[in-house]
Amino acid sequence: MEIYERKVTAIIGPSGCGKSTLLRSLNRLVELVENVRVEGEVLFNGKNIYDSDPVEIRRRIGMVFQHPNPFPKSIFENVAYGPRVHGIKERRKLERIVEDSLKKAALWDEVNDRLNDLALGLSGGQQQRLCIARAIATNPEVILFDEPTSALDPIASSKIEDLIVDLKKKYTVVIVTHNIQQAGRIGDYVAFFWMGELVEYDKAEKIFEKPEKELTERYLTGRIG
Amino acid sequence: MKVLTGKKDRNRNRFNDKLKDRLFLILCLLTTVFGLVILSALITFTFVEAAAWLDWQFLTSPPSRFPEKAGIYPALVGSIYTIALVGLFTLPLGVSAALFLEEYSGRSRIAKIIEINISNLAAVPSIVYGLLGLGIFVSKLNMKPGIIIVGAFTLTLLILPVVIVASQEAIRAVPYSLREASYGLGATKWQTIRGIVLPSAMPGILTGTILALSRAIGETAPLIMIGAASSIFSAPKDFFSPFSAMPMQIFVWTDMPRNEFLHGVAPAGVVVLLAVMLSMNAFAIFLRNRYQKKLRG
Amino acid sequence: MKVRDLKERLIKYLLFFSALLTVAVTFGIILTLIFDSIEFFSKVSFLEFFMGTRWSPTIKPVSFGVLPLVAGTLMVTFGSAMIAIPCGLLAAIYLSEYASEGVRAILKPALEVLAGIPTVVYGFFAFVYITPLLQKIFPDISAYNALAASIVVGIMIIPIVSSISEDALRAVPKTLREAGYALGANKVKVIWSIVVPSGLSGIVASFILGISRAIGETMAVTIAAGRLPRLVNPLNPADWFEPIETMTAAMVEIGMSDVSGQSIEYKSLFAIGLTLFAMTLILNMVSYYVKMRFREVYR
Repeated sequence: MEIYERKVTAIIGPSGCGKSTLLRSLNRLVELVENVRVEGEVLFNGKNIYDSDPVEIRRRIGMVFQHPNPFPKSIFENVAYGPRVHGIKERRKLERIVEDSLKKAALWDEVNDRLNDLALGLSGGQQQRLCIARAIATNPEVILFDEPTSALDPIASSKIEDLIVDLKKKYTVVIVTHNIQQAGRIGDYVAFFWMGELVEYDKAEKIFEKPEKELTERYLTGRIG
Repeated sequence: MKVLTGKKDRNRNRFNDKLKDRLFLILCLLTTVFGLVILSALITFTFVEAAAWLDWQFLTSPPSRFPEKAGIYPALVGSIYTIALVGLFTLPLGVSAALFLEEYSGRSRIAKIIEINISNLAAVPSIVYGLLGLGIFVSKLNMKPGIIIVGAFTLTLLILPVVIVASQEAIRAVPYSLREASYGLGATKWQTIRGIVLPSAMPGILTGTILALSRAIGETAPLIMIGAASSIFSAPKDFFSPFSAMPMQIFVWTDMPRNEFLHGVAPAGVVVLLAVMLSMNAFAIFLRNRYQKKLRG
Repeated sequence: MKVRDLKERLIKYLLFFSALLTVAVTFGIILTLIFDSIEFFSKVSFLEFFMGTRWSPTIKPVSFGVLPLVAGTLMVTFGSAMIAIPCGLLAAIYLSEYASEGVRAILKPALEVLAGIPTVVYGFFAFVYITPLLQKIFPDISAYNALAASIVVGIMIIPIVSSISEDALRAVPKTLREAGYALGANKVKVIWSIVVPSGLSGIVASFILGISRAIGETMAVTIAAGRLPRLVNPLNPADWFEPIETMTAAMVEIGMSDVSGQSIEYKSLFAIGLTLFAMTLILNMVSYYVKMRFREVYR
């Protein structure tokens, strides 16, 4: 399975089919779970990430999770956390990164007057965009999204979707979703997983208009799932 | 006819059952509050009797043979010095051990052994810790008996299991998603612990530690074993001075034959000790509430 | 990058050694008790210590029979269990079966306060207030007596029994209770024939743990029960009115006196301590084992 640069690749499938686990194996988060055995390889810029330094991999492959999970810190410290752990200490540099990341995450206008407030005071949608800003702040090449809108209301969700479409200008995006419409709206490529197996992977139009496998069609039309 | 009597019987049975239910409930309620009522009465007696003795002079004077001159000052200072040291020792040790057990050990055999060992240690009588302090610090390491640092070491070992368990709970309460977010940004394990886990768990850890310290400040038996002074007339100057502690002093006063000691000086000492413990507990609860509010945003 | 990994590993070992310290404490306790006890038993025979019926470490002719002290300890333990077991169990039943959430939120922490009062304060209560009260009822009760000590130790360990028992009762699945009600049983009947038997191992574990705590209790019994080693019999009512001496009280007595580090009295501290430690350790292990069994039932 090839993931294309600066495109949105959507991974769909019923819950429990291994989408999230697949996503977590793309930045080696999967190995933090106890009793996990990792097999196979993931090539990133031609190199197997399982032969590289996990810390460096996770810096270059950011991740946004299913439930907004800001740290119990200020808005500023949430975004600055990533750069800080990678050794940036200079206050002015951090301020620039925070501002830049929040702008890219379309959150700057809403929070620039209260950067030192606790992030937990933000609404769910704002928290999720903060998490996106946090992921952007380490200057990654790829951003992984694990069902980023499943805990949000429709309006907040559509803001996040717009943002993701916007982000692909600069980043490669992989998004896991169980929302087929969402995959259709934002995905350039779509991969369909069923019971831990990749069933079909192709351009979005192809998958939605003329899927090759019957299973895919049945899932998309809602007859299974 | 027969059917009717049956109904009557059943009705009477039901009435009996209800009565039994009610009586049993009352019995349960009474036994639940039994201890509390007695304790409240005892504390009330103590406060009433202490009221006449508890004044500035009592707080600032050394103990004396004459009840009207007796005070708790050296023991109060001794207790505070000792507990401050115990806090200084237990906090890093307890948190480190808890971090190892929660974040590093997984489900390894050694972790399981350590956990069982900790739960066993928590149930060892405190007087046995006194013997440990006497045997190790005084006999083997040749430290002077009855000095603050020996008392602090001994009490540290005594409350360490409690602090570890409380810290473990606080660390466990930090959501996994926060750790995952931190790792996802490329933080190392220690960066995640220092930057995310510890700050989030710290209020819980501090609450547990303060509660444990307030238990330690009331401990008497271990201090007797390591040879803490039963009466000392000047406050300790440093951590290597001989000392007495409030519970020791209360013990000595309950051994005095004169009524003024039993019904005046000793109650006043008890009130001071309880007041110090109560303020420590209040501070711990304040910390916990503030933290809960903060997390809810 | 190598430096980073080294630092991470170093921290891990540092934390590991802190955790290992607790194991060292256990070994420290066991070794200290055993080494000094060995020296004690080189001068006093096992038989004299464990079978002797007279404890007189300082007054000649000296004698190191631990039985009077064990009897004293068992007496207070028995007396306090008579209070803590019924009160603790019924309190647990009330909290888990009857109390509303609001009442429970107040009563549970209030009960914990009983265990938070320093034992020296309980000793003071018993000696200064409870014994004079008892003297009004039983005029011939002595100023130091096992009864007053047992009452306060009993109150002190109520929360241990109640909180662990309550956990056990709350772990009993609701469906079991409903099955009882469906058969037409009333609440008392359901509690005694279904809930309590289902939570029995947890309840028993709480009793054992409470008893173990009573055995190791020191200050309350030292202050209130006196320091007179006697081979008492818990079934003899007169013995409850007289001073006794527990193992812990004997340790305090030696600890307060000016005995030298090499004397036989000093070594006897560790022999009593070892006996005490062994008794509580065995009880704790039995309680742990019983509780583990009950955990498996509902897994």
